[in-house]
Amino acid sequence: MMDKLSLYMQYPMVRYAFIVGILIALCSSLLGVTLVLKRFSFIGDGLSHVAFGAMAIAAVLNFTNETLIVLPVTIVSAILLLRTGANTKVKGDAAIAMISVGALAFGYLLMNIFSTSSNLTGDVCSTLFGSLSILTLTKSEVTLCIVLSIVVLIIFILFYNKIFSVTFDEDFAKATGSPVEGYNLLIAVVIAVIIVLAMNLVGSLLISALVIFPALSAMRLFKSFKSVTIFSAVLSVVCAFSGLLISVLAGTPTGSTIVAVDVLAFFVCCIGGLFKGAKG
Amino acid sequence: MSLIKVKDLSLGYDSKVVAKDLNFEVNMGDYLCIVGENGSGKSTLMKTLLGLRKPLGGSIEFGDGLKSTDIGYLPQQSIVQKDFPASVYEIVISGLCKGFSKSLFYSKRDKETVLSTLERLGISSLKHRCYRELSGGQQQRVLLARALCATEKIILLDEPVAGLDPVATKEMYDTIQDLNKDGVTVIMISHDIAAAVKYATNILHMGDDNVFSTKEEYLNSELGRNFSES
Repeated sequence: MMDKLSLYMQYPMVRYAFIVGILIALCSSLLGVTLVLKRFSFIGDGLSHVAFGAMAIAAVLNFTNETLIVLPVTIVSAILLLRTGANTKVKGDAAIAMISVGALAFGYLLMNIFSTSSNLTGDVCSTLFGSLSILTLTKSEVTLCIVLSIVVLIIFILFYNKIFSVTFDEDFAKATGSPVEGYNLLIAVVIAVIIVLAMNLVGSLLISALVIFPALSAMRLFKSFKSVTIFSAVLSVVCAFSGLLISVLAGTPTGSTIVAVDVLAFFVCCIGGLFKGAKG
Repeated sequence: MSLIKVKDLSLGYDSKVVAKDLNFEVNMGDYLCIVGENGSGKSTLMKTLLGLRKPLGGSIEFGDGLKSTDIGYLPQQSIVQKDFPASVYEIVISGLCKGFSKSLFYSKRDKETVLSTLERLGISSLKHRCYRELSGGQQQRVLLARALCATEKIILLDEPVAGLDPVATKEMYDTIQDLNKDGVTVIMISHDIAAAVKYATNILHMGDDNVFSTKEEYLNSELGRNFSES
C-alpha cells in the first residue's frame, strides 16, 4: 500500500491535490463556526448552487479560467443574501432557497442546451459532486487556490476578535460603534471565496458539509470559541487528508469520501461529547 | 449640561409610531428606571438611544463628552447566545472591541481591565468557564461585565432580572446599585415597579402619556399610586 502511495505521490497532480485539499479544508472550517452560530448554515449551500450556475455560464461562454467568472458572481450573491437577512419581505432562508434552486435549474438548463461536450452527465456530475476533478487541476488553478487560501487565512487571523464580537452579539457590537455592516460584508466575501475554492475539492452539492461538520463536531467537545475554532480547523484538515488518501488508494470519488470521513468524525465527537458530559 | 437630553422624541417601526412626545434627561450619577406595559416602546427607546434605530422625530443630545458609542449595553439574551461556545473571558473582553480606533488585537492593558472587572462583579472564579453552562444570574453578570468594559460612564440594562430567581434578582439589583454608587449612570428597563421605586432616582413611565419625574414625584402622582397600591 505504501508503494502504491509513493508511486502516486510522484505525480505532481496528486501532490497538488493534497496541498489544495488541505488548504481548502482549513479555510472552510474557520468560518464554519461563525456560520453555524449565526444560523447561516444554509448560506454555503445556496452559494454553492449559485457558483454552479455561474460555472455553467462560464462553460457555455468557453472561458478557460472559470474561476474568474464564478468568483465575482458568488461574491455578489453572498453580499445580497447576507444583506437580506435582516429586514426584507423575503426572509433569509426563503431567499436562499429561491436563489439556490433557481441557479441550479438555470445552470443545468444552460449546460444542456449549449453543451459542446459529449459527456454532459459526466460534466454535471463532476461539478456537483467534485468527483475526481481535483486531480485534474491546472497549475494556474492551483496557484490561484493557494493564494486565495492564504488571503482568507490572514483575514481570519487579523479580524478574529472582530468576528467573535459580531458573531456573539451584533447589537452590542453596533451599539459600541463597531462597523458591523462592514464586518458582515467581509464575512460574506470570505465565504464566497471559500465556496468557490471548495467547489474544486468536493463539488457544489457537498460544500456545506465541509463548512458545517467540523464546526459542529468541535462544538460537541469544546467550550470556548478559540478552542472550537482551532479544533475544527485541525479536524477538518485531518478529515480532508485521510479522505484524499482513501480516495486515491481505493479509487473512490474524492468529494464524497472526504465528506463521509467528516460525518464519521462528527459521530465520534458526539459520542465523545456524551462521555465528557456524563463525567462532569 | 446633562449626559443625555431627549426632546420631543418619537419612536417606531417604518412609519408606525410606537411612542411620541418623549422628553427627559439623564444626568451624571442618575439611576433612571423606564417602566410601562408591553408594547409601550421601552425596548425601541433603548435601541434608539444606542443608535441601533433612527428616531422618527425629535432629538437625542449627548453632553458632557459622552458619545453614543460610550454606552455599555446589557441586552436581553438572544437564542443564539444560549448555546454559544465561548468562555467568560472571551465574552467579557469582547466589550473592549469597539470602533475603528481600536487596534485589531487586545493589549495587555485590555486584559488587565477584564480581570479587574471580573473581580469587581465577583465572578473571577468563572473566568475560564463556558458561558452556556452558567446559571441565568451568572450569565447576566458576565454580560454586565462586558458592558462595563465598554464604558465607565453609563450603562443601559434591558430587563436585567428577567428569568432570574428571587435570590439572583436581589443580588443583581444590589450589584447595579453598587455600580451606581460608584458613579456609573444607570438606565434600566423594568417590569418590576417595586424595584424601580426602591432603587431608582428617576422614573420614566411609558404608556398613553409619557411621564418623566423623580421618584418622589412619581410616588405622589396618581399614576404611581395606582401602581403601588395594586
